[in-house]
Amino acid sequence: MATINSKIPEGPISEKWTNFKAHQKLVNPANKRKLDIIVVGTGLAGASAAASLGEMGFKVFNFCIQDSPRRAHSIAAQGGINAAKNYQNDGDSVYRLFYDTVKGGDYRAREANVYRLAEVSANIIDQCVAQGVPFAREYGGLLANRSFGGVQVSRTFYAKGQTGQQLLLGAYSALMCQVHAGTVKLFCRYEMQDVVIIDGRARGIIAKNLITGKLERFAAHAVVLATGGYGNTYFLSTNAMGCNCSAAIAAYRKGAYFANPAFVQIHPTCIPVHGDKQSKLTLMSESLRNDGRIWVPKKLEDAKKLQEGKIQGRDIPEEDRDYYLERRYPAFGNLVPRDVASRAAKERCDKGYGVNSTGLAVFLDFSEAIQRLGRDAVEQRYGNLFDMYEEITDVSPYDNPMMIYPAIHYTMGGLWVDYELQTNIPGLFAIGECNFSDHGANRLGASALMQGLADGYFVLPYTIQNYLSDQITVPRFSTDLPEFAAAEKAVNDRIDHLMNIKGKESVDSIHKKLGHVMWEYVGMARTKEGLEKALGLLKDIRKEFETNLFVPGSKEGLNVELDKALRLNDFITMGQLIAYDALNRNESCGGHFREEYQTEDGEAKRDDQNCFYVSCWEYQGSDEKAPVMYKEPLKYEAIEVKTRNYKN
Amino acid sequence: MAKNISFTIKYWKQNGPKDAGHFEQREMKDIPDDTSFLEMLDILNEELIEEGKEPFVFDHDCREGICGMCSLYINGTPHGKTETGATTCQLYMRRFNDGDVITVEPWRSAAFPVIKDCMVDRSAFDKIQQAGGYITVRTGAPQDANAILIPKQNADEAMDCATCIGCGACVAACKNGSAMLFVSSKVSQFALLPQGRPEAAKRAKAMVAKMDELGFGNCTNTRACEAVCPKNESIANIARLNREFIKAKLND
Repeated sequence: MATINSKIPEGPISEKWTNFKAHQKLVNPANKRKLDIIVVGTGLAGASAAASLGEMGFKVFNFCIQDSPRRAHSIAAQGGINAAKNYQNDGDSVYRLFYDTVKGGDYRAREANVYRLAEVSANIIDQCVAQGVPFAREYGGLLANRSFGGVQVSRTFYAKGQTGQQLLLGAYSALMCQVHAGTVKLFCRYEMQDVVIIDGRARGIIAKNLITGKLERFAAHAVVLATGGYGNTYFLSTNAMGCNCSAAIAAYRKGAYFANPAFVQIHPTCIPVHGDKQSKLTLMSESLRNDGRIWVPKKLEDAKKLQEGKIQGRDIPEEDRDYYLERRYPAFGNLVPRDVASRAAKERCDKGYGVNSTGLAVFLDFSEAIQRLGRDAVEQRYGNLFDMYEEITDVSPYDNPMMIYPAIHYTMGGLWVDYELQTNIPGLFAIGECNFSDHGANRLGASALMQGLADGYFVLPYTIQNYLSDQITVPRFSTDLPEFAAAEKAVNDRIDHLMNIKGKESVDSIHKKLGHVMWEYVGMARTKEGLEKALGLLKDIRKEFETNLFVPGSKEGLNVELDKALRLNDFITMGQLIAYDALNRNESCGGHFREEYQTEDGEAKRDDQNCFYVSCWEYQGSDEKAPVMYKEPLKYEAIEVKTRNYKN
Repeated sequence: MAKNISFTIKYWKQNGPKDAGHFEQREMKDIPDDTSFLEMLDILNEELIEEGKEPFVFDHDCREGICGMCSLYINGTPHGKTETGATTCQLYMRRFNDGDVITVEPWRSAAFPVIKDCMVDRSAFDKIQQAGGYITVRTGAPQDANAILIPKQNADEAMDCATCIGCGACVAACKNGSAMLFVSSKVSQFALLPQGRPEAAKRAKAMVAKMDELGFGNCTNTRACEAVCPKNESIANIARLNREFIKAKLND
């Protein structure tokens, strides 16, 4: 049995990070020049880490799969970023942000990591404003804030509905500054295929040049993965088409633990699915829930007429509308956390109250806000989101309520890391959505951007030095070492195998089957039987992939289908991991809802006696073998663990 | 309610920057008009793969109009025609009619060489950004975010400039292959903010010099860029860039 050491510093929670920084080992400027760091990914976490490490004096190699670092999917985050600034004088504090995040995560996050996140949140806003990020402001010139789900203060900073874009462009500009200074070398259209381990430490990667198709070797003293989440396992999600979990799965196959894979966030406000040719789901920002009211008809016959297209939402009179979130959760109303809002929508639709032709949609209505604030004010706040909605659906939210339905959005699980953001493989770090540590079983809105930038700007650049300080005498590695050759050969063999199957099914058609199984049995409501069935079906999908896949073209040069096939191989492994973990966790918490474990009124029922742990899954040498789980017991010192209550 | 349409698609095939390239053509049958343009191309590719052929290659990623990856020249217009300005991925088939011939080409510009089919190399934009598209600030502890007040109007205007997604439609539309709208949007964002002023002169000169060096043309005010920009960037930015540039040169 492996021992899990989370390396949480001693002392009261509010002093842990200060103590760590005061006593950690640092690398002096002359030695930084001798140390190389690979950063994979250029989203908020990757770009901010690469820029900060480069500026400190390390030599950084930064990789991205797109044509430019600015395309990373952080760019699509809409609503905002949380910070405990208390600019609104509404009683916010570091403790309250910490508390809200732990509670929102249904008491499955690691306390010390979350406190640190809340502590550095204020610095993030300072840093971004200094970079020229144009946050929304009030007429007096001060920064503006809005409110988000799961909290009772206004602590979210935003830039229209494009906060992720502006923060990423801020981090990207810092990165470009360092590329110009020569401290960071950029590799665009490169995809990491494997991590190279030498004497138990991460010492480099094998990356595929996506244009030439060639595999290339890169050595460094440490490897940082900032490669995002695994939402695309479900095929349809709000993730970008290229988002994938291959880097994380490569690390997992090399022995890194994968933590809490079952914790997947299903976002309540997405545009509903319209057909089987659909390629992705579009998110409508959670900020809409500040002014939009969610409802379905009270009467089943009205729902039926809506489903048949005989009437529209605006035809239903006020007294026949069921504002079910306001009804069930009076204290938080439409601003309950995402997992609660998603399940409530599913509950209504399962009962037959869905409002579109598939019966899988609820209304998000702005008519009251338009009356209260005027159309101009609503347009000022949400104009670009309304335009986007109308472009996709051909319906104007000014005239008719929006239709929304939950969709896979974010993954709280990820590579296991200790307090220093290091995986159990020395020298291998994971930051941003790629790790598991801060959001527990459910992430609050506007916290992903906060975590990405906290890890990249303010945490990793410190903690990585604690590892690198004893590496200063280690000379740069040659990529001719046998470990590099072996890793490259394994990837090459894999590619040859996929090219030579020459079956009948395209990558996407198999991926859609995977997505269907995942959504049906490993989605919003899970059962023991369903999960066991899913594990069987996933075996069939793996078999079909291995024997009936067709990849056109050759492995030389650009081959988009081959790259997708390599990713799908890892999505199947990821799907199995999610199902194993969901089956193992005999409770409902946050984004993980097991139908067997619910209260009488349908709320998630946690089991703090038996499930108060982080599950850490270890690969057993083959995708055919079931992984083994170790537990990192959670220890709460500052917060009393209790049932989440958003009712009063 | 969605209806189905059938049409002919002519799409550009080119095997690398040196290849002459050619159009290929295909009849698309019964495509629901609530399909997005890129989903329609997914259907095309699934058909091609089923026949054992290589798919048509194009850049795309977020599919919600923000990453700037998609870059198709559709019926003679970058990103295709919409009323409000939208990226290729936000274009829906309801904009087309039964029986249409739809022509799909890559961005065509000397500074954006074709990699394959409609995928082009836009790394020149990164290089321009590296030349000066940033505020030099160390990670760490800058002053409090509210220490410098910024009038709402300036912040909003800076935000409008910062909305540019770096897709390159402006370059593709310009008969001179100029990147002025892209460069001026970045220069304007920083020029409008107090934090950006200290390096404003250096930034304007460096970015313009890099743009010239990389083979982009100059601006002759035809406003083609503004007309196709999916984020509605204004050529007022170009005027501001010119002011910043002249001011900087006069101070040399």
